[in-house]
Amino acid sequence: MNVLDFLITPAEACQRSGPNDKIVFSSRVRLARNLKGVPFPGHAKKADRLKSLETLVPAVSGLPQMGTEPFAEAMDKLTALDKQILVERHLISREHAAKGVGSGFVLNKDETVCVMVNEEDHLRMQALRPGLQLKQAWMAIDGVDSSLQEKVEFAFSDQYGFLTACPTNLGTGIRVSAMLHLPGLVLAEQINQIIQAVNKLGLAVRGLYGEGTEALGNIFQVSNQMTLGETEGEIVERINKVLLQIIEHEENARLAQLEKKPKVLFNHIGRAYGGLSHSHIITSKETMNLLSLLRLGVDLGMFGSTPKSLVDELFLLSQPGHLQIGHPEKLDAEVRDALRAELLRQRMKVVPAPDHTGVVTKAA
Amino acid sequence: MQCQVCKKAPATVHYTSIVDNQVKKVDMCEACAQEKGVNDPASFSLADLLLGLGASQKMEEASTAAGGDQNCPQCGFTQADFKKSGRLGCSHCYEVFADGLDALLKGMHKGTHHKGKVPASLRRATDVRAKMTKLEADLKAAIGREDFELAATLRDEIKQAKKAEAEV
Repeated sequence: MNVLDFLITPAEACQRSGPNDKIVFSSRVRLARNLKGVPFPGHAKKADRLKSLETLVPAVSGLPQMGTEPFAEAMDKLTALDKQILVERHLISREHAAKGVGSGFVLNKDETVCVMVNEEDHLRMQALRPGLQLKQAWMAIDGVDSSLQEKVEFAFSDQYGFLTACPTNLGTGIRVSAMLHLPGLVLAEQINQIIQAVNKLGLAVRGLYGEGTEALGNIFQVSNQMTLGETEGEIVERINKVLLQIIEHEENARLAQLEKKPKVLFNHIGRAYGGLSHSHIITSKETMNLLSLLRLGVDLGMFGSTPKSLVDELFLLSQPGHLQIGHPEKLDAEVRDALRAELLRQRMKVVPAPDHTGVVTKAA
Repeated sequence: MQCQVCKKAPATVHYTSIVDNQVKKVDMCEACAQEKGVNDPASFSLADLLLGLGASQKMEEASTAAGGDQNCPQCGFTQADFKKSGRLGCSHCYEVFADGLDALLKGMHKGTHHKGKVPASLRRATDVRAKMTKLEADLKAAIGREDFELAATLRDEIKQAKKAEAEV
């Protein structure tokens, strides 16, 4: 089956909801694991990688947690577009998308568990949940890991824990992260302070697509950096506490903005509505930034009954890969910008013009 | 003070992070700070930087201490490979390069000893071993205090634990 046919539609994927999903898009917990006695993928010969791929893909696919008929494929069998879509859906890393022979990918039907085989480590397994649900995600992936340990033996040392290709992942091999929408803190120009404070707590703040990417659309990823010397539970708990703080700061920033500069805020949102509804050429970057403001407007109740799932769907559909679907010829950036504008104009028709009159600007 | 990255220009940017009362500092010149994204905290993370900076240096020191060019007998990975990629070759590398790694890990993580999940198959063995270590320490302390009664009890317990370990 083609991966594009397997994937849940963007509309359906964005319908999912979870706690605090006004500010937290999604939670994920990733574990890095390696097979005992086999060189790490980066240093392994092609034959070794193929062998571990042949062991791991069936082992993972057969786990009860992967449900019936998971999607499992070798990376060299996927097209460049397939891979790009998977990156845009945050199911694989950009590094993994660059992999070919000897690497693979397994995904369960409801897209809550996905496993990269032979990325930087033999296994990168992740559990995904909408909203703030780090503990649930950790429990899910912990279960996958335990089941898998009954079938294969992982490289483990008493002192260092689970052994990983990069020493930064050593020990638990855990990366706990959440994707946050923080337009309030960006508008209030408090975001850098928050990022610095979070960095000082040993957590990393990154852009939308992970390491080294820009924070487009006011979307930020917060994740732990340290993996050794603490239990998984402690790491999850610590980052959860920090996230609750960030959520509170974001809510306060929005309220403060409404109280002090309501016109500035309404102006941003109104112009975003205009840009999204009436553009004929629009870049991906501009789209993300305008959609972020539209989502803020939806949160404030300025767009009637428009659900935020519509905005989230447009976040996905306006990405380069998603625009390419259904076009056999490779679209260049210019064509995409026109196509994107057309899509947005079309979909924005159901969104009523912004109405700020019902928004409470003074704290009661 | 010299820039820790290029080791040429004087350091004018000083970045400090405090985690669990452990202070980590990086001193850089303006140009290197710009390049590493220190001014743009969104893309800057101290651990990444420290890894790039300290890792190869510490590995090199360890390798020199061990008497020259080390490489992993199982996968052939060398110190130069680590310098280039920041990654190790196989799980055995962690033993080969252990001396340099400890210092590196200290700067990178909360501790240098794993506290998290242990594979179920190893859990029993690990428990037994941890118990042994504790018993042996207690025994030594008891002997030191000339508490021979306790020492005798501990010695018996160790005997039993050894038996249990042999069974695992």
